[in-house]
Amino acid sequence: MAYSEMVMDHFTNPRNVGELDPADGVGEAGNARCGDQMRITLRIRDGIIEDVKFLTLGCGAAIASSSMATEMIKGRPISQAAKLTDRAVAEALGGLPPAKLHCSLLAERAIKLALADYCTRRGLDPAEILGESVPDCPCSCEECSL
Amino acid sequence: MPEQPNYIYADNAATTPLLQPVLEAMLPYYIENFGNPSAVYKAGRTAKRALEEARERTARCINCLPQEIYFTASGTEADNWAIKGVAHAMAKQGKTQIITSKIEHHAVLHTCAALEKEGFSVIYLDVHENGRVVPEELEAALTDQTALVSIMYANNETGTIQPVSEIGKICRKHGVLFHTDAVQAAGHLPIDVAAQNIDLLSLSAHKFNGPKGIGALYIRQGIFFPNLIDGGTQERGRRAGTENVAGAVGLSVALELACASMAERTARLIPLRDKLTDGLLKIERSRLNGDREHRLPGHISVCFEGIEGESLLLMLDLKGICASSGSACTSGSLDPSHVLLALGIPPEIAHGSLRLSLPDDFTESEADTVLQTVTELVARLRSLSPLWKKTRRG
Repeated sequence: MAYSEMVMDHFTNPRNVGELDPADGVGEAGNARCGDQMRITLRIRDGIIEDVKFLTLGCGAAIASSSMATEMIKGRPISQAAKLTDRAVAEALGGLPPAKLHCSLLAERAIKLALADYCTRRGLDPAEILGESVPDCPCSCEECSL
Repeated sequence: MPEQPNYIYADNAATTPLLQPVLEAMLPYYIENFGNPSAVYKAGRTAKRALEEARERTARCINCLPQEIYFTASGTEADNWAIKGVAHAMAKQGKTQIITSKIEHHAVLHTCAALEKEGFSVIYLDVHENGRVVPEELEAALTDQTALVSIMYANNETGTIQPVSEIGKICRKHGVLFHTDAVQAAGHLPIDVAAQNIDLLSLSAHKFNGPKGIGALYIRQGIFFPNLIDGGTQERGRRAGTENVAGAVGLSVALELACASMAERTARLIPLRDKLTDGLLKIERSRLNGDREHRLPGHISVCFEGIEGESLLLMLDLKGICASSGSACTSGSLDPSHVLLALGIPPEIAHGSLRLSLPDDFTESEADTVLQTVTELVARLRSLSPLWKKTRRG
């Protein structure tokens, strides 16, 4: 399992680790039974993601994907963050091994769920920003398909 | 002199380095004595003699006859041949059931799965929390349809040693053939196929400081057995193809050296293993996988709650420590190790496993470094986890 230099960089020096409390939006994806779980917390001011933190239990690719994904949305308007894709995260990391592509999908899902949470808290319809773009959990275990 | 490596190797169950005297024993059969063992002239006869001496040396180490040893290209090949060979031979007598365990190596499990597709029925025995097969449960599972029992000698993930002698006795009493995958055990634990009533046994040279690409299958004389590869008369016609003479010599010399130094190595490794185990188990929410007592001398398998094994391995690698894990992420599947799950370990905990298998020259100071590094890295990974605070509060 060979990881790119960028993956190793984000794995060994992860950016934006932690938890914002209070947060304006919280998103969790994956579950420990499947080996990966991510928690994203957002602080949003005037439609801009002012700060974002992540906590991830998972493999090297999961930690690197979370770190990279938070870097890609920090300081951006939520409308732009809502367009984040797993592919963009994987590409920014210099690629992921095929067996690890689900890790970037998990990062996308956690961020989009956090954005959806923000919208819901504000009485907005998440679909207006996110459309149908929140991906399902990549695993097929019972908990995630509920 | 080769340079001293600047890393700590703790993955001996994956593979081992070749010992210098083993390499020296092998070298003459690559250039000087390159002859084909089937040839009649002197160079051929020399190679043939080396091959047969290798067979004798190997046989002495496990207490069987030289003609009961067949060299193969790997332990996996030996497992495949043993299980499929017996299954196909016994099917002619209407015996189509195989009994194995849930914690076998994939070389055995996937072979059994292939036989299931052919119509054989396979019983996968449970192991208990300590990772051991219970002989009474095995005996209860035997029927007059049973063609073969295949239970490993020692497990590659947990290092747990199976009650092979008891199983051998039961199988012999019921007239059922008994195969054991001894890939992790050979050269590390005493083996006596006669006293232990073992009918077939697989081993692999690179697990005991021999070369890669050579293994052996012991088949007790008198067992009717189909050929693995048809062709020339090599390996008594059962596995045709020009023999890996240097490999066979390497296997036999490595096994002989390993058996000669076994008592001394075991006495040295066990206290190191136990000290390191005790240290690792002081880490909050950790557990030992498998049986504490019936364990390979240098083998430690632990789980840490709240981390994922591959991250730990990557971080250990960055610190110069080579280890292994039964985590899903190291295998490319989403499920954690079938062995750890069979021990009743919940998947979320099985993902956080670490296997350390110590080489013979492992030092006390290396053990201290490993312990300190693992302790720090587990804490670091837990600080990244969204669940750890919750887990800790219970």
